[in-house]
Amino acid sequence: MNGGGLMRAALTNRSLVIGLVLSLVFVGAALISFVWVPQDVTALDIANKIKPPSAAHPLGTDHFGRDILSMIMVGARTSIAVAVVAVVIGMGLGVPLGLAAAARRGSLLDEVIMRGNDLVFAFPSLLIAIMITAVFGPSALNAIIAIGIFNIPVFARLTRGAALSLWTRDYVLAARVAGKGAVRISAEHILPNVTNLLIVQGTIQFSLGILAEAALSYVGLGAQPPIPSWGRMLADSQTMISFAPHMAIFPGMAILLTVLGLNLMGDGLRDLFDPRIRRDRR
Amino acid sequence: MSLLQIEGLNLAIHDYAILHDVSLSVGPGQIVGVIGESGSGKSMTALAVMQLLPEGARATGRVILDGQDVLRLSEAELCGMRGRVMGMVFQEPMTALNPIQTIGDQVAETILVHERVSRTEARERARQALARVELPEDRFPLTRYPHELSGGQRQRVVIAMAIALRPRLLIADEPTTALDVTTQAQILTLLKRLVQEDGMGLLMISHDLAVVADMADHLVIMRHGRVVESGPSPDLFHRMQHPYSKALLAASTHQPDRAAQPQDTPLLEVRGVIRDYATARKGIWGKPGTFRAVDDVSFRIRRGESLGLVGESGCGKSTLTRAILGLEEVQAGSILLDGQPVFTGHKPNRAVRRRMQVVFQDPYGSFNPRHRVERLVTEPFHLLDTPPQGAARDDAIAEALESVGLTADDRHKYIHEFSGGQRQRIAIARALIIKPDLIILDEAVSALDVSIRAQILDLLADLGDRLGLTYLFISHDLSVVRQVTDRVLVMQAGKIVEQGTTATIFDAPAHPYTRQLLAATPRLPDFENT
Repeated sequence: MNGGGLMRAALTNRSLVIGLVLSLVFVGAALISFVWVPQDVTALDIANKIKPPSAAHPLGTDHFGRDILSMIMVGARTSIAVAVVAVVIGMGLGVPLGLAAAARRGSLLDEVIMRGNDLVFAFPSLLIAIMITAVFGPSALNAIIAIGIFNIPVFARLTRGAALSLWTRDYVLAARVAGKGAVRISAEHILPNVTNLLIVQGTIQFSLGILAEAALSYVGLGAQPPIPSWGRMLADSQTMISFAPHMAIFPGMAILLTVLGLNLMGDGLRDLFDPRIRRDRR
Repeated sequence: MSLLQIEGLNLAIHDYAILHDVSLSVGPGQIVGVIGESGSGKSMTALAVMQLLPEGARATGRVILDGQDVLRLSEAELCGMRGRVMGMVFQEPMTALNPIQTIGDQVAETILVHERVSRTEARERARQALARVELPEDRFPLTRYPHELSGGQRQRVVIAMAIALRPRLLIADEPTTALDVTTQAQILTLLKRLVQEDGMGLLMISHDLAVVADMADHLVIMRHGRVVESGPSPDLFHRMQHPYSKALLAASTHQPDRAAQPQDTPLLEVRGVIRDYATARKGIWGKPGTFRAVDDVSFRIRRGESLGLVGESGCGKSTLTRAILGLEEVQAGSILLDGQPVFTGHKPNRAVRRRMQVVFQDPYGSFNPRHRVERLVTEPFHLLDTPPQGAARDDAIAEALESVGLTADDRHKYIHEFSGGQRQRIAIARALIIKPDLIILDEAVSALDVSIRAQILDLLADLGDRLGLTYLFISHDLSVVRQVTDRVLVMQAGKIVEQGTTATIFDAPAHPYTRQLLAATPRLPDFENT
């Protein structure tokens, strides 16, 4: 398929377009917040605390009188940064491990890598994240590391599974006949053919990362004040939910829409990359 | 009155015309063979009769089955007919059965869908249907799962499902293409017997002229969605009119011209090679067993010779190929190319490896879809110590592509821009680019249509003459092997059971297995050059 055809298929894929738009709104909000926010998020304005949405504060103010729209914009920065770095850690370590396990399938190395993965999988991820932050102190960095570690087995397994079937292809056999070693074959023939899968899984892990960061901040183990974070905004609002529902609704919507957008994008990308599904949807 | 009457069938999928004015008829007890190459519309004709067309398909014309026009029936009425009035047998017995249901249940299911009978009665009739396809209950209990059966036995189960309700019409789409020749012969005999016993019509679709010629009463030759010629078999072979039918027949029996004479010096020597595989261990502490895939095999290929290696699936052909290519180490014996071992000290010998190349069967799976042709064909350069660079590399690419009948400009294209036959040419170009002495052709023409196959065989013969190449031609298809080889090895269960010149093996086979293989090979009716 040529580039134009792919582009057209992408634009007619409804979940991809909606997902992309939603994700871009939040990425855009995070980027804009670096240069401009409606109000300074560190400035307290107790006189105007817990105000419902108004012209001055489109999404209202919180219990310190901070502008919720500004908090959400800056909070997007934290969420996205944590999730991106966590996905990069997961891919950076998980993909090479998966490729190595597939290249030496059935060997001791394969066993060690895959049983190591099982070990990480066996622990409830948030509990371990809480443990890490409990030991090393709560911070955005520790949250990133904790979430990243749990992404490693996801990518390792996915890569190994896809790579195993590629290793039986004739073109891999042809490369072996040409005297190429496992590392070269993995880099030249296996990796480019699993990229699609990795991109799709990457967007899904990205959304899970945002959820995990929100959960950690909610229990106070993510980014620390005064850095705004969606999870902590929810935690702060919970005692006031009966008389100031806007304080919970807007950060909650931000989390919901970002995760929804990323998941839709992942779904759309998978359809786009898989020609069989694409043909059926036409 | 005929059972199935197709009149002026036109079919378009998303406004793309697939079939044009197709007409044919099948009478009770009659076997009609539909022959065509890929893209000829033969399978679409079958699916139109079953009304199992892909989404977006529009059929016009008349398809009258048992007095009713199936094109005008509702989906509910069609469901009532499928399986009861018309049955279908597919090509791939491995995927046509549900792996987690027993064979008895699967056959009984077809009966339960259509008739209000008790489960016990359905099972009883499933038992009868399986017995009719020669899977008697005492040897093949109804509780067997598909994975416990061989490919041929699975195809019998598929046939049992299709005939359980004694349909009036059976459609078989390439029913034996995925099977070995001896199994193929058994399945064809079975289909013939069932047609006679039940007086049902059989619409048999195949790309292989010889398979259909043997059994059909009537032949229909299709091309580009049209019927080009039809008539009663075997007379049709004698008085073919249409140039395409003639070309198809000529391609099926095509004999490439080969001029080169093999020299007396051996190029490849295989001595007493044994290759064992470890099988799964029984229990955690059990010892893994061994499976001997190649058992004490010895042979030689002379320089400039074309040697055939024939055998059915699982006989060890592919394992032997891998051993020769130095991809896997053998447990005993030696493989020498021009006196040099393929493996030295547990490492493949690069100096030897660069003198052999291989062409695989599947023109679609042998290339990384993400690379351009120039990168694909230059892959073997990796074996050279100083691979050509710059202009020398460009020249080598152009030379390799041109020698297989492509142009130097094709180097910038991706593999999906080529047809199956062209891809196989690129595979040959990839093998040729480092100027090897020996090329192993692993079922290299088995997946191609007959006319393309004839072209590729001509190309190989021509290249062999021009470049003094030696071929090891591995195939399950005896008729192709006969056309292109000087000598033949027959392999069964890891052993070479017979070897000799091609003429001797085919005209006076000594080993019972060779005779069995030859007897099972479908043959075109003898027709003199009149």
